[in-house]
Amino acid sequence: MTTAMRYQQRTLAEVAPGDRLPTLRYEVTATTVILGALASRDWRPMHHDRDFAVHRNGTKDIFMNTPTQAAWFERYLTDWTGPKGRLGRMTFRMKGSVFPGDTMTIDGTVSHVDVDSTGCGWATVDMALTVDGEVKTTCTARIALPTNAHDNPWSRKGHDWQP
Amino acid sequence: MTDTPSARLTGRPSPVREEPTKATGEVAQPGQSADKTTRPGDQQVDAETEQAGLPSEVAALIGKVQYEQEGEFPVEQGYIWTSCSSVENGNPLFWDEQVARAITGGPIAPPTMLSVWFRPHHWAPGRTQQALPLQVHFDLKELFGLPEAVMTDNTIVFYEPVRPGDRLRTHQILRSVSPPKTTKLGTGRFWVIDVEYFNQRGDLVGLESYTGFGYRRGASAP
Repeated sequence: MTTAMRYQQRTLAEVAPGDRLPTLRYEVTATTVILGALASRDWRPMHHDRDFAVHRNGTKDIFMNTPTQAAWFERYLTDWTGPKGRLGRMTFRMKGSVFPGDTMTIDGTVSHVDVDSTGCGWATVDMALTVDGEVKTTCTARIALPTNAHDNPWSRKGHDWQP
Repeated sequence: MTDTPSARLTGRPSPVREEPTKATGEVAQPGQSADKTTRPGDQQVDAETEQAGLPSEVAALIGKVQYEQEGEFPVEQGYIWTSCSSVENGNPLFWDEQVARAITGGPIAPPTMLSVWFRPHHWAPGRTQQALPLQVHFDLKELFGLPEAVMTDNTIVFYEPVRPGDRLRTHQILRSVSPPKTTKLGTGRFWVIDVEYFNQRGDLVGLESYTGFGYRRGASAP
């Protein structure tokens, strides 16, 4: 590629507590589940073998593994921040499973915005992955955003990076 | 989280193998267990440990580096694309070298791929057994004689970016064990296990912290 991909970048000044991120909706298929499992090198049969999932795990079908859900949350966040958004931490709580045929919805709300003692700008985002209104996984993430057009959280190292 | 098979399985995030029959039976390979390091804060942990009334063999594990392991292969670009593709992640950092050079000084892996680099091949020549990811969790179940366990939550903290070609290594550290507690699942103990990840230069690239609850259904305190 000779021309760099264009992207939009959000800065901290454009973010406030209470802001809602755009909803992501996705029709989960067996391919979604299996592709995610293999992309995360998770060969366990409950993520690709329906008979195993039903008869050995007692679930209604194969189900999405946790690393794949983490990857969906990351994508959801950086779609919103732009590529200079740098993840600091994520905390997950798993409450239920996501199956083929589910319409998965991810929503997020900014709960906190701050600039730490090193000058790094942060947004805390509370996210929920739901199916038919039922929460399957929650994830709270702290993600660094540029404080201005010239700032880049990825340039921080050592003591200047306090995730 | 409920005590259904699916919740138990999905509630044990990242690299844990989930076949329950294998989970408690396997032990680490000889030479993989190490107790070399103490860390700042261990004294405080000692005080908490005394309060928890822990058996000495468990107390001795707190703060110790265990199950050091190197990834089976270097971080690779192909898996980065496969992962991004699997969740339709169009972040130009992972698809456009110019953007990656400008923002991250060259290509990096998506941060949430951290544990991917340690999931072993499905098969490898000559392999007989291996330490399970989160082996400390299974060790504790056995030490306390607790047949059931769930992961109540987990946190991943991201430090230096992971880059194609990196050779990562990891180890596990038991941070704390609670006194006996009774929840709606049963009676048992909560424990916190950290899994730390480093690159070939020794830089910390990430830290996963798991809170587990090992328990016996409706039983008295272990």
